[in-house]
Amino acid sequence: MATATYTNRNTVRHGRTLLRLATAGSVDDGKSTLVGRLLFDTNSVLTDTLDHVEQVSKRKGLDRADLALLTDGLRAEREQGITIDVAYRYFATPIRKFILADCPGHVQYSRNTVTGSSTADVIVLLVDARNGVVEQTRRHLAVASLLRVPHVVLVVNKIDLVGYSEAAFTRIATDFALLARSLGVLDSHCIPVSATEGDNVVVRSPGTPWYDGPTVLGYLENVDDTPLAVGSEFRFPVQTVLRPQNAQLAPWAASAPEVDGDYRGYAGKIESGRVRVGEEIVVLPRLSHARVEGIDTPDGPLDMAVAGQSVVLRLDSDIDVSRGDILAATDAPPAPVREVTGTVCWLAERELRVGARVLVQHGTSITKAIVKVIEGSLDLDFESGDVPVWRPVDALQLNDIGRVKLLLASPLPIDSYREHRATGAFILVDEADGWTLGAGMAGSTPFPARSAPAHLNGFDSTPAQPEVRRS
Amino acid sequence: MSTPVLLQPLSELQVLESESVHIIREVAATFESPIMLFSGGKDSVVMLHLAAKAFWPAPLPFGVLHVDTGHNFPEVLEFRDEAAAFYGAELKVVSVQDYLDDGRLRERPDGTRNPLQTVPLLDAITEGKHDAVFGGGRRDEERARAKERVVSMRDEFGQWEPRNQRPELWSLYNGRHLPGEHVRVFPLSNWTELDIWDYIAAEKISLPSIYYAHEREVVHRDGMWIAVTSVTPARQGEQASVRSVRYRTVGDMSCTAAVLSKASTVHDVITEVGLSSLTERGATRADDRLTEAAMEDRKREGYF
Repeated sequence: MATATYTNRNTVRHGRTLLRLATAGSVDDGKSTLVGRLLFDTNSVLTDTLDHVEQVSKRKGLDRADLALLTDGLRAEREQGITIDVAYRYFATPIRKFILADCPGHVQYSRNTVTGSSTADVIVLLVDARNGVVEQTRRHLAVASLLRVPHVVLVVNKIDLVGYSEAAFTRIATDFALLARSLGVLDSHCIPVSATEGDNVVVRSPGTPWYDGPTVLGYLENVDDTPLAVGSEFRFPVQTVLRPQNAQLAPWAASAPEVDGDYRGYAGKIESGRVRVGEEIVVLPRLSHARVEGIDTPDGPLDMAVAGQSVVLRLDSDIDVSRGDILAATDAPPAPVREVTGTVCWLAERELRVGARVLVQHGTSITKAIVKVIEGSLDLDFESGDVPVWRPVDALQLNDIGRVKLLLASPLPIDSYREHRATGAFILVDEADGWTLGAGMAGSTPFPARSAPAHLNGFDSTPAQPEVRRS
Repeated sequence: MSTPVLLQPLSELQVLESESVHIIREVAATFESPIMLFSGGKDSVVMLHLAAKAFWPAPLPFGVLHVDTGHNFPEVLEFRDEAAAFYGAELKVVSVQDYLDDGRLRERPDGTRNPLQTVPLLDAITEGKHDAVFGGGRRDEERARAKERVVSMRDEFGQWEPRNQRPELWSLYNGRHLPGEHVRVFPLSNWTELDIWDYIAAEKISLPSIYYAHEREVVHRDGMWIAVTSVTPARQGEQASVRSVRYRTVGDMSCTAAVLSKASTVHDVITEVGLSSLTERGATRADDRLTEAAMEDRKREGYF
């Protein structure tokens, strides 16, 4: 068949692609220094910012610029020397542009790791070479896996402080690989680094001749950036129906579609897969079928469009389609369900209990829901060789990862999150004040987890839960 | 059966454009009365261009608003009106000068009017019953903005509470709010200055002439090149000279400086921006130099 064009954009002339990263680590793992180093060594720091950092460093009595200061944000953070909220940073090389969600390591802010991971292609996870894999690493890695981040890179930082020891690095890398496997991580890699000295961040370190892998930047520039979504089935949540009443040729548009009084186009972003003109699709949750008659864009019509593109689709029949519907491939579309079970990362100070009424936002629709069952809260403090455990709980607290069954007021075509990151995801919203309460992922976890032994259910369960878990 | 097609990843600009279009459509579909801020500056032109594309072939479903400080460059105001008409956007202008004339606002001792925009802006939002306001802010501009959500809550006083922001997950934007509250929406959050210029070149977007090199009478003050105008006359002892300059941002004349430049086309500008070693705001915005947390303070009070 003829080569399908899924773009006719002059914007393609920039072959540069975009990669989204999120950082995670415990306090004092040197995350700010690593990020500062990446910004600095890719020439993404401009002179006035650097002047400012040098002045502040001098004021603090340091003999060289503290690169961690490049990532300082709000006044309270500067005063307290901690990071409160996700900050977004931008740097680029000739090959790629990077959007980095800089997620604070403080345990009470670990909801930020969930936020950063939700859109990330790569998680940059840090450990201190002197401490190796700690509980926070386990937790962040579990979040990365649950959120189906395609790649995880472990930065074993402060390698200079263990004398550039290959044995120390290998021990940590082995621990990490085991953990990554037991948590179902899709792809992982470890790099020995000293962010302060600049070892293996952008430039290869003479201190680690035994390491022949890429530097951190080399890894980020070369990691496979084909979004997993492109390879899976077509999903298109309808954002709005475009019905121009009369043919008005916008002076700025490259071409006019065949706009007449009957024009009816469905605007949205393709969340996964691809769609071609002539293909049959199914409208969810209505389950009606139609064929794609045209893929319209202001830059001209397309034969095909792929995940990540915002387009307007025209269908060949006059079926009822509105905002909130999902257009999907006819092959194995998600069944509209009234009951959904999934993993929920609880992000709010208030707790979640059985019977709670919440709003579920999924795709482009919102529906009411009631919490039917909280099956358990994930205990990630498991021994090597074992698997995480679902502990029975009465309520989910801030930073808990729970298994929840929801009853929905109207049927939603929710995918399994493991296969469809965008259309398997939902957020829970407080109906009264609108606060975003939790991040939900429909279906099973990507790693095996067992229920707590039966004898721990009921009154015996309380002492089995370590007090420190929510420190 | 269809032949498998080798798929190239989308380019950076395609991804950014699609993401912005998605954000703009989501907000237009879920809010009662959105409005888009539009000054005629390059970021707001790009934002308006994206909005027009988002709803094409239908017309823009919301209007645009400009808070005129009374100190805007005449070239920019002229362009503002032309561009609004070109994209088919209904333009509403509120004027800081009106507020000064009737005493609702008073001139600041330093003559800077940028901070004075906040009150007329909040009044216009309240009067228009606007529940969503699009702004062209980018996260790469300034450290407080780096923490800003795409859809960001504002209380009844228009205030931003950076320590109490809603988590923003996937591309599920949650704009639910209480009566009296509104949201600010930043469709260009993930764009950098260079992305904006690359896109202007790729889409052949028109800009006010002062973004490109031109001869202008300027003085050198505090390390910045300030145009000699009625608002910013040369001070005693300052030597005015005619230089080839251009503007990287086009805010209020009283606090926006030019940079020395010979970049007369968009491609010249891209080369220049790509090589420049000063941040956009640091080079040309006197108002951000006031304190270490200048932008954070203004944002908290309801500034964009």
